[in-house]
Amino acid sequence: MRQLSYAQAIREAHAQLLESDPRVLVLGQGLWSPWYAGSSLENLDRDFGKDRILDSPVSENAVTGMAIGAALAGMRPIVFHPRMDFMLLAVDPIINQAANWSYLFAGKVTVPLVIRAVINRGGEQGAQHSQALHAMFMHVPGLKVVMPSTPYDAKGLLMAALEDPNPVLYIDDRWLYAETGGVPAEAYTVPLGKAAVRRTGADITLIGTSWMAAESLRAAALLEQEGIDAEVIDLRTLKPWDRETVAASVRKTGLAVVADSGWRTAGAAAEIAAEISELAFQELRAPVGRVTLPDVPAPTSREEEKAYYPVAADIAAAAWMALEWDAQRQAVPVPNVTGNRKQRAARTA
Amino acid sequence: MKCSTKWYLERWQIMTLIRRAEEAVAEMVEKAEVGCPCHLCVGQEAVAAGVCAALTPEDTVWGGHRSHGHYLAKGGPLEGLFAEILGKATGCAGGRGGSMHLVAKEQGILGTVPIVAGTVSLAVGAALAYKMRGEKNVAVAFFGDGTLEEGHVHESMNLAALYRLPVIFVCENNLYSSHMHWKLRRVADNLHKAGEFHSVPGFRLDGNDVGAVYEATRKAVKRAHAQAGPTLLECRTFRWRGHVGASYDLDVGVKRRGELTGWMTQDPIRRVADYLIDHGVADLAAREQAIARQIDRAMQAARQAPAPSPTRLGQFVYAAAAGANAETAGANQADGSNGAIPSAHRQAALAEVLCAN
Ligand SMILES: Cc1ncc(C[n+]2csc(CCOP(=O)(O)OP(=O)(O)O)c2C)c(N)n1
Ligand SMILES: [Mg+2]
Repeated sequence: MRQLSYAQAIREAHAQLLESDPRVLVLGQGLWSPWYAGSSLENLDRDFGKDRILDSPVSENAVTGMAIGAALAGMRPIVFHPRMDFMLLAVDPIINQAANWSYLFAGKVTVPLVIRAVINRGGEQGAQHSQALHAMFMHVPGLKVVMPSTPYDAKGLLMAALEDPNPVLYIDDRWLYAETGGVPAEAYTVPLGKAAVRRTGADITLIGTSWMAAESLRAAALLEQEGIDAEVIDLRTLKPWDRETVAASVRKTGLAVVADSGWRTAGAAAEIAAEISELAFQELRAPVGRVTLPDVPAPTSREEEKAYYPVAADIAAAAWMALEWDAQRQAVPVPNVTGNRKQRAARTA
Repeated sequence: MKCSTKWYLERWQIMTLIRRAEEAVAEMVEKAEVGCPCHLCVGQEAVAAGVCAALTPEDTVWGGHRSHGHYLAKGGPLEGLFAEILGKATGCAGGRGGSMHLVAKEQGILGTVPIVAGTVSLAVGAALAYKMRGEKNVAVAFFGDGTLEEGHVHESMNLAALYRLPVIFVCENNLYSSHMHWKLRRVADNLHKAGEFHSVPGFRLDGNDVGAVYEATRKAVKRAHAQAGPTLLECRTFRWRGHVGASYDLDVGVKRRGELTGWMTQDPIRRVADYLIDHGVADLAAREQAIARQIDRAMQAARQAPAPSPTRLGQFVYAAAAGANAETAGANQADGSNGAIPSAHRQAALAEVLCAN
């Protein structure tokens, strides 16, 4: 298959959407310069005109409200926030308006809108230029949240998000922009709400979001060297997330680690872990591990950044913890009971 | 007054309908028949009636918490309003919204919501859609004087001016933002100048003069059609009732009887009625009775309408994809439960249905 970078794939999705649907417009900051968006929007203004690619003033709130109004009036806008941190000024139109509109008006008027937000971490930028806030938006009924981790999904999920009649928050991570992968030249969609099993394995399930899905794959490679066969699931959509695929995997392996690029408390990983404990309680043999940022704002200095952002080795370590837990529990002698009953007995012992 | 007697009679009709409808709502509020917060525009009817007289059905108007008048003046069905206020399934928003969330898509109302300033930028976005599609529509953002205190209203004015969008900002300056008189909120009485910095021309009008409001709106529409951009209209008026609910002079602890009495002599409906009587219209009393009957009928129908079924609690959280069945895509609680305390598994299953796209 033809290889494209993640950023090129995003750009191609935009171009094909703009090409095929006159209702599509892009609105937000940094559309006429690679400064904010890398090559992910390169020359769209040249190819589609500055009337459809509107590089806006620094007005996140009103620009997002405008995109909602345009959607209500029949357009298919993509509103762009070059950093998720800046999008905080637009939380009111996103949550109060876009998310609630369909429900409030009994489906008579709906908001088909893509809100694109970029996570742009590291690089000694510090706390206000590094935040991964997807969990806040997962919390809100009426929003959908996607976080592609591969070039293929970056294109397919953007096209699916635009097709969807709801407000969809599309979150891409600058760390992924240079990753390359196969991307079909024609238009296609990746269904919202469907996870991807990136690697099958029997011993433990690693569930990753966005960049951490890529790190989970690297963690699986580390574990393989130690003879551990990990299954890796890339969640791709965080709301609605694919409980079925995750539950089926954990029911099979009995162990799970969730790796997410957000904070720990009330984070995406917490939500997924809680659901796993309900959906696979019978089969689960150790607490669901979480690999997240510590509950600390992003630091600035390079040395602190290194300590701050978890990597594949941290995921592998969390996997070892679960495996260790399981092994110790298995070692507890519980005569004449087998399977799940044995585990439960061990727990109460 | 430049408009014809017939024109004034039509405005009198719509203003009287708004007034009587709101008085009926006030009665229901007093009797606690209505549970949702109702913000009445009694005293301010000329703004809605004057602005909407200059609009086509395709033009959209956007409002806030005090939008009964906007809804009716733009042609929203009366029964849908009453039923919505009573939380009935036949309400304009299916009983989901109540007084503060009104919708009438065919009449150009795509939603009014009570987050102060919540729809101002949305109106600008609708105007962007009209401009991009080369349509002649305009979008009108109705809002109060307090709304100009929100920062993104200024962002919105700049964006509308920058993109030369066909939008009209209509500020209904009733001098109060809930319990706060403007003097407690601003140093100068100059709201019509709020757009100056953004190159949005602003005009101060007598908001109780329906003809003046209409004329000013017509000019703003012309300007919008000429792709010259937005206009701000500051319509000076006064709400007779309290900020919310039915009471008159006692407004969340504010005593303002003197001020109110003065403004009641400026009753926008009385002013038109006087003009009509001067111009030989003799049947206003009969017309008023007809409006009262219309209101009674609509109210009866609304009262008798069914409440929304709690089994549909989760419906419409998400819009259904084109071609999908809206009834089932949004529906949940297929098991017939009311969803109030779903078990974990039901909740999970439920969310899957809700989120189906
Ligand atoms: C964002 C937000 N802040 C505060 C409120 C509470 N609130 C409701 S109405 C209102 C006053 C608005 O005054 P104004 O814009 O003058 O409209 P009026 O009520 O006079 O019609 C306030 C502060 C709100 N609904 N939304
Ligand atoms: Mg006011």
